[in-house]
Amino acid sequence: MFAVIQFPGSNDDRDMCFAVKSALGAEVALVWHKRGELPPGTRAVLLPGGFSYGDYLRCGAMARFSPVMAAVKRFADAGGPVLGTCNGFQVLCESGLLPGALLRNQALDFVCDPEQRVRVEQAAAPFTSRARPGQVLRIPIKHGEGRYVAEPAELARLDAAGQIVLRYCDAAGETTPDANPNGSVGNVAGVRNAAGNVMGLMPHPEHAAEEGLPGGCDGLVILGSLVDWLERAR
Amino acid sequence: MTQLREPQVDRALAREHGLTDAEWERILEILGRAPTFSELGIFSVMWSEHCSYKSSRVHLKTLPTTAARQPSEVIGTVLVGPGEGAGAVAIGDGLAVIFKIESHNHPSFIEPTQGAATGVGGILRDVFSMGARPIASLNSLRFGPLEDPKHRMLLRGVVHGIGGYGNSVGVATVGGETSFHECYRGNILVNAFNLGLVEADKIFLGQATGLGNPVIYAGSKTGRDGIHGASLLASAEFDDESSAKRPTVQVGDPFTEKCLIEACLAAMRTGVVVGIQDMGAAGLTCSSFEMASRAGTGIEMDLDRVPQRAANLSPYELLLSESQERMLLVTRAGEEQRVLDIFADWDLDAVVVGRVTSDGRMRVRWHGETVVDIPVDPVAANAPCYDRPRQVPADLGERQKLDLASLEPESDPAGALLALLDSPNLASKAWIWRQYDSFVQGNTVIGPGGDAALVRVKREDGTPTRKALALSVDCNPRWCWLDPHAGTVAAVAEAARNVACTGARPLALTNCLNFGNPEKPEIMWEFAESVRGLGDAAAALGTPVVSGNVSFYNETSGRAIFPTPTVAMVGLLDDFQRHAVSHFAESGLAVVLLGETREELGGSEWLALRRDLEAGLPPAVDLAHEKRLHGLLADTIAAGLVRSAHDVGSGGLAVALAECGFTGPADLRIGCRVALADAIRADALLFGESTGRVVVATADADALLARAAAAGVPARAIGATGGDRLVIGPAGGAAWIDVELATLQATFARGIPRRLESA
Repeated sequence: MFAVIQFPGSNDDRDMCFAVKSALGAEVALVWHKRGELPPGTRAVLLPGGFSYGDYLRCGAMARFSPVMAAVKRFADAGGPVLGTCNGFQVLCESGLLPGALLRNQALDFVCDPEQRVRVEQAAAPFTSRARPGQVLRIPIKHGEGRYVAEPAELARLDAAGQIVLRYCDAAGETTPDANPNGSVGNVAGVRNAAGNVMGLMPHPEHAAEEGLPGGCDGLVILGSLVDWLERAR
Repeated sequence: MTQLREPQVDRALAREHGLTDAEWERILEILGRAPTFSELGIFSVMWSEHCSYKSSRVHLKTLPTTAARQPSEVIGTVLVGPGEGAGAVAIGDGLAVIFKIESHNHPSFIEPTQGAATGVGGILRDVFSMGARPIASLNSLRFGPLEDPKHRMLLRGVVHGIGGYGNSVGVATVGGETSFHECYRGNILVNAFNLGLVEADKIFLGQATGLGNPVIYAGSKTGRDGIHGASLLASAEFDDESSAKRPTVQVGDPFTEKCLIEACLAAMRTGVVVGIQDMGAAGLTCSSFEMASRAGTGIEMDLDRVPQRAANLSPYELLLSESQERMLLVTRAGEEQRVLDIFADWDLDAVVVGRVTSDGRMRVRWHGETVVDIPVDPVAANAPCYDRPRQVPADLGERQKLDLASLEPESDPAGALLALLDSPNLASKAWIWRQYDSFVQGNTVIGPGGDAALVRVKREDGTPTRKALALSVDCNPRWCWLDPHAGTVAAVAEAARNVACTGARPLALTNCLNFGNPEKPEIMWEFAESVRGLGDAAAALGTPVVSGNVSFYNETSGRAIFPTPTVAMVGLLDDFQRHAVSHFAESGLAVVLLGETREELGGSEWLALRRDLEAGLPPAVDLAHEKRLHGLLADTIAAGLVRSAHDVGSGGLAVALAECGFTGPADLRIGCRVALADAIRADALLFGESTGRVVVATADADALLARAAAAGVPARAIGATGGDRLVIGPAGGAAWIDVELATLQATFARGIPRRLESA
């Protein structure tokens, strides 16, 4: 079962549940942030987008102190897969579960683009096994604070260790400055931890999970990879 | 105990509160004594133009507010009309939509970010207080010229305010309109629309029923912000001192609003809530009076229990504060704890502050002292109502004068097209809507940039349906200035046409009537004419007016804005996957023009931009033709015969064809080659704004023309899609316009950003 964490101010939580349940047929539960434990049977944790605690102090800085985050940390430490999108990515960085930080977009404005492209740098379980290396995915973005930063040495280390999973690119797969919507260093759109079981990304796979809507279905490459991994691990 | 020290209440103080001498006499008569200071404050806000609609009610009651009588399960039935927080219309499957548009003009001019943000917050509360989950927002914005640095600042501020609030609460901003004109230099307009979805038999109303039921205050604490926002800021003209009124502007907190939405919807699901209303304009006063008035009850309230964020708030301040993100609920007695627990889980204040009584009086205590004791109805339901004098503007004849014969023909059509696409009114608004989350909740089928937005209907439990709602907000203020009746009819027709271009059938509308000072007979005439036009068009198109808002006093130093009756239309589409887009989606399709092009250049963008002239009569609207056109679009789009449909609006046919070529996905650009055979002057053909026209693309022109003929809609095949150029010319002659689409697109895209960067 997927556990989608609901913080006060989360606003993609229900969309995440919808994508996992209707597009992938997986079981899902919405878990209130005040709970001290994850529900029994939780096999993957999803931290959704939104504005937890209004993003008033620093994005994700308050949510890391929610009671449920201690349980999420224990779950991750035990090797359980944890995926954070947008505000969820910010929460993971603030919690120290992922390296780096997310700052205000370079242009200072919120940016919403249903046609954003990302290139898959690492095609591997549990989050990107359904992708080919170098595959270009169209996954929407919408954020005001998505500029990924890390110290140059840290970034080189992440790169060498294959922890950079997604980079912003154009339709042809080129990681040009023009294709970078927020000024992220090295066009980084998604990273994972050293063990590979925790990943964060600014794009919204849950909003690219339904045929007939402009977001398309490329988000299922990521969410579906997680489902595949759970199937295999069963 | 704190001693209550209040000013002497007399006629002079009443005047300072914006009350007339006649209104003061009426207060003395109702009470049989002089009011307390708190009571005076209450009368002044409840009888303000903003809250009482005292100058507009006589006209508004002429509007068609219900569809033909039919049972509540029938699509289009008006379940709740004007007078509640928002209007409700049945959409079938046991569901209803709740929607309204409202102004936040004055606050946004004084403090653009917070003014616009709280405008969004307020309209959301109007919708979710009725039990609906807000699913889509629109906005209509009017600024002065972008050459003015102040208006560049206002544009940035308003967009940040709308985005900052709407994005954070998780409600998609799916569309809107923005235009610029000198007349808004001293008074911008910010109109915010929201639509929510609810089960048709679970609509909540703002009523305080049930003797002894507890009255619960929930949400943000009360502070000193926004006192007299409604009475003094929104109900008087601006002057040079208006920035001193900044403290009357409220500050928005979208995080609390988001929690409030979830907590209120959860509270309403318990079944113990009997009435609920947002504390909007005039705060605690307006909400409690209206709830008691609708139920025919009274309320007694203890102000000491109200959660407060500042020390030593006086009863006057507690009653009149417009602090945001606050709700008033009435629950069944003895079961309030279930509701209080839900708010506690969301870390929101919720306190029982009073009880419902049966004697029709509002009694308010503070520190054990009764500070208000007045009958509810004379204040709420029997506010003053004026039929103000009206007079045709002295210069109306001058405005409407335009001699086409002496008007120099356009010598450079391609240059004119580029100039139009570059002009702020017609240029791409992507700079604005890229800052809005347009797809949260996962239902956006068509987002900003199309003729109308299209939002799929998904039930609260997450079950998707095939249905979708089409939404469009429109008004051409210049046309309304030239002829307020015709201009308003055109606004309704255009909003309905935009909705029809997606394949949806127009269902019902809401409106925000932005005008100058109603005490001036010429303004009042404009208003009355506009309302008459609204009623005529709504009746002819079968789209009732289910909610609305009036914003008067949009003047600065005596100069009024153009009459701006913003119309937001909601339509219903049976199958969201069978919709039309507004851009050309394929090459090799026939381009068909539905509707007739007449020699009409009055009030056009071309005339204003290329001849520096705002004059003439706006184009005529044939409402019977419009209705046939909308039906034809719905039928042919549902049949898969029409692939794309785009309304011919500002800038005329040339601009519409250009937009068809490049407003789709970023990697899609499709030109067209068009020949026009009409025997009218070429500039009217290219840039005239005759109404009732739609450019459609089809794979089977013969079938479409046959259907159009059967429906009685004039239609003509005028060309074909394909190539990377826009080519428009006379049949068999040299082209008037032959330009690369990429050039047109770049001009269109850069129009707004380049003006903002020039700062």
